[in-house]
Amino acid sequence: MADTLKVPTMAEMFAAGEKPEVLFWVGCAGSFDDRAKKITKAFVKILNKANISFAVLGTEESCTGDPAKRAGNEFLFQMQAVTNIEVMNAYEIKKIVTTCPHCFNTIKNEYPGLGGTYEVVHHTQFLKQLLEEGRITMEGGTFKGKRITFHDPCYLGRANGVYEAPRELIRKLDAELVEMKSCKQRGLCCGAGGAQMFKEPEKGNKDVNIERTEQALETTPHIIAAGCPFCNTMMTDGVKNKEKEGEIAVMDIAELIAKAEDL
Amino acid sequence: MQYIPNILFVAILIVGIGYFAKNIGKLRRNILLGKDTEVSDDKPTRWRNMLRIAFGQSKMVVRPVAGLLHVIVYVGFIIINIEVLEIVIDGIFGTHRIFEGLGPVYDFLIASFEILALLVIIAVIAFWVRRNIIKLQRFLKPEMKGWPKKDGNLILYIELVLMLLFLTMNAADFRLQQLGAEHYVQAGSFPVSQYISNWFTGMDISSLILLERTAWWLHIVGILFFLNYLYFSKHLHILLAFPNTFYGKLGPKGKFQNLEAVTKEVKLMLDPNADPFAAPADTGDVPSKFGASDVMDLSWVQLLNAYTCTECGRCTSECPANQTGKKLSPRKIMMDTRDRLEEVGKILDANKGEFKEDGKQLLDDYITREELWACTSCNACVEACPVSIDPLSIIMDMRQYLVMEQSAAPSDLNNMMGNIENNGAPWPFNQMDRLNWSTES
Ligand code: HEM
Ligand code: SF4
Ligand code: SF4
Repeated sequence: MADTLKVPTMAEMFAAGEKPEVLFWVGCAGSFDDRAKKITKAFVKILNKANISFAVLGTEESCTGDPAKRAGNEFLFQMQAVTNIEVMNAYEIKKIVTTCPHCFNTIKNEYPGLGGTYEVVHHTQFLKQLLEEGRITMEGGTFKGKRITFHDPCYLGRANGVYEAPRELIRKLDAELVEMKSCKQRGLCCGAGGAQMFKEPEKGNKDVNIERTEQALETTPHIIAAGCPFCNTMMTDGVKNKEKEGEIAVMDIAELIAKAEDL
Repeated sequence: MQYIPNILFVAILIVGIGYFAKNIGKLRRNILLGKDTEVSDDKPTRWRNMLRIAFGQSKMVVRPVAGLLHVIVYVGFIIINIEVLEIVIDGIFGTHRIFEGLGPVYDFLIASFEILALLVIIAVIAFWVRRNIIKLQRFLKPEMKGWPKKDGNLILYIELVLMLLFLTMNAADFRLQQLGAEHYVQAGSFPVSQYISNWFTGMDISSLILLERTAWWLHIVGILFFLNYLYFSKHLHILLAFPNTFYGKLGPKGKFQNLEAVTKEVKLMLDPNADPFAAPADTGDVPSKFGASDVMDLSWVQLLNAYTCTECGRCTSECPANQTGKKLSPRKIMMDTRDRLEEVGKILDANKGEFKEDGKQLLDDYITREELWACTSCNACVEACPVSIDPLSIIMDMRQYLVMEQSAAPSDLNNMMGNIENNGAPWPFNQMDRLNWSTES
């Protein structure tokens, strides 16, 4: 393991009269969920190694309001949104990167109407850009020849049309990208969106994550790659349910890259 | 006496078109029961969407078999309707094959109508087989029982009969032309019906004329019947697909509308300079109700969506909730919305245009809460719909009603929202611990 993470906050930077190139929006899952925290750290390691000037809001960050809005509570959503926007506008934030497609979608699409207009990118887009600019390099050794299937997060893919950035990165790892029978525009949801993550599913004959995991397993992958902390949890549970956790890892794209770089 | 057919024809035409116009008026009135919504933006993109998705059938061909069959029926039907123009003129003025003067062009036209008619017959039979013999999953969901199933087959029967009448008419005409019958000018080229006409070889001129006239009349009456059938059927899509793709959602699918009335309230609450004891702001346009519990609470575009739905079930077959056995079916959401809207329309008809409460609403009486809460907001239904319908927006509006008007969210969601309100996260963690991950090993 590399040494400690450098995670400057906006408050610290502001006090020092500095401005970061980009704000890293960590999100609730990335801050609190044990599995998602690993993704957050992996992403920070990559940023640290490439010497990217970034900052987080830390304790000034609060839920974007996405689950509240999708559950039907427009009032709570807008309270969250306006509060967050006030904080970010005060810091004159221009560009935001986030590892959560829900935060990505909400800030990018729903905040502008409430006074918060920023350039918002998902971490896979950001990493792809860094790679193209030569600010990070990737060597494929670790994953050479490994079969990796990518599960499209609904709020990254269909909701915002980002399909290629994560796939580009997987290919750059020299891995063999294998597609599930429904992918990209027709990708099947993991079952967590629309606030489902926080409630029991309705009665049915199967859980959505199991259905999706079965589709993933059909590709006989070594790794199921995800780009969303919620999808990650759902797929991890699915793989456990199928008792395949010994053979198949569920990993975020950021984790794949961090691992390839031995960070 | 000799004008009786013309008079009869004009009368039928007036009744047929008149009744259709009356129903279109109703359709318009019902759709406009919906709330106003902003759709006047970015006209160029809207035109392009209509051209590409409706006219160009671009999303139909995502499923190649159904797509190809449909393109045949669609193109066939539109082009064969040029022939209807001739039939109408002939009918009014008592002429026969009035466009015959076009010569070789006419031959070409008739020939292509015939070939298309044959293709349409083949496609319609294939559609029927998919519904009734192969029994495709998406045509067999619970919401397809009863009328929707009958409707689906009826359309196919009507189209089949119309095409057969068209070809029979031509076949008899061809035979009469060969026999040099009076009035039957030598015109047209009959690549398909000449084979049918072989069956008529033994018939004399008067029975051939009877056959030709019968087919001619049944064909045009059939077309008028079909026109009037549309309003009661999912076949309304052949007209509404065009405006519906024009008014369909633009921009990223993940972008949901923000409620303006809420914004005002929120800004006021968070404004440190606002007087907390001031009378509630006279913003004037605070809606009487948040979200939707009945069709009048939806926007007119959502209601147009409901009338446009082809009941094809592409949405439902892509829906993760439906695939895993939940009650939710986005197609049913659209069908329920249309059924309820029709019911409301009937109340208006019965009460001189005024709405009287009937003790029913879209929520609970048509769409259950169990369906609404099963949605993952994944947008698969929106992506799948070949006519730009957005079932998800109706689900979200109804959830909004449940939560903001009734506080009737499932208890787990209430906990989640309570957490966001108190700690700024959907879980019970303290906001002050938000950066702890950076120092944990
Ligand atoms: C204007 C002439 C049109 C005609 C005569 C026509 C005819 C038909 C017929 C006969 C069916 C039933 C197929 C079945 O049994 O499964 C059908 C279904 C359908 N039509 Fe059309 N249609 C027309 C226009 C359009 C347009 C402009 C669109 C827009 C893209 C459209 C979209 C659909 C869809 C989505 C279905 C459901 C069938 C499936 O997915 O397989 N139609 N149409
Ligand atoms: S958005 Fe909701 S209704 Fe539509 S496909 Fe996804 S889960 Fe089903
Ligand atoms: S909403 Fe669209 S996809 Fe669903 S049944 Fe209706 S027309 Fe088909």
